Amino acid sequence: MKMELIQPFINAADAVLAQGLQNPVSIGNLSMEEEAYRRKGVAALVMVSGDIEGRMIFDLDPTTALRVASRFAGAELPESDDLVRETVCELANQVIGNAITALNDQGFRFRVHPPELHTADHGAKSSEDTEALVICFETCAGNVFMNIALRYNRRRRGEHVMAAGS
Amino acid sequence: MEQFAAIKRTKDGQPVRYLVVDDSVFARKNLARMIETFGGQVVGEAGDGMTAITEYDRTTPDIVLMDITMPQMEGIEAAEKIVRQHPDARIVMVSSVGYQENIVAALQRGARHFVQKPVKPEVLYEVIKYVLGEDATVAHAAGAGA
Repeated sequence: MKMELIQPFINAADAVLAQGLQNPVSIGNLSMEEEAYRRKGVAALVMVSGDIEGRMIFDLDPTTALRVASRFAGAELPESDDLVRETVCELANQVIGNAITALNDQGFRFRVHPPELHTADHGAKSSEDTEALVICFETCAGNVFMNIALRYNRRRRGEHVMAAGS
Repeated sequence: MEQFAAIKRTKDGQPVRYLVVDDSVFARKNLARMIETFGGQVVGEAGDGMTAITEYDRTTPDIVLMDITMPQMEGIEAAEKIVRQHPDARIVMVSSVGYQENIVAALQRGARHFVQKPVKPEVLYEVIKYVLGEDATVAHAAGAGA
């Protein structure tokens, strides 16, 4: 997966988390996911289709999810509150929306699907053409993990290049 | 959250009435908190475009804050349908997807403005004032906030 695809997501997550938490965020570990995805806690999945297709998962352990949601809500939330899961979904939605806005400026065209909770403990293993990258954001509320698996849609990309050249 | 000088309706001095449309409960609550700091009143909420249309008919709000990516019917389509029925409707699109094509499509189909998520309260406040124009008055009375 090329860094030109990933960087807008890192920038967007950094900006959205820092604004919502009202605290700076630093980027911790960045690793390729060799095995199938294993959920850490409260996870939101957003699918993307178009010139680039794939998915992004935002994953927070339950304690971090509660802290982040409480910071975003401006009030202490109970752990069982649906708003905790809602917040993680909206967080994912905002990150992917901002990233795609930046990628769109580079000429890629997308459709973003509404975020959904990822409730399964495991996900599909990444493949050769859809490697997953896991980025850890260290925040004042705990670690937030962003798992991205994207690939160029060759047919769509080819059409785009041909159209641009014609 | 920061307090703002209250925005009131010029015609009767009453709080501006808002319809908030977003499939995320969190996003709706967040916008409702901002509206409160603007001295406004949320008169209706909807989680999709279809419900937004019926809620608009029911509540006839002064302003609609409308998300774009939603299930069943997306925000731009809902905005177009509302404006077709109510040409004076003031709809502000609020979305994380802020690229130019999206903004242009929304404006061409009847939206008055666009605000990108994450929403900054001071940005939304200025947009609300701009969209309401002379139909709104900023109350600088004591106790109205900063």
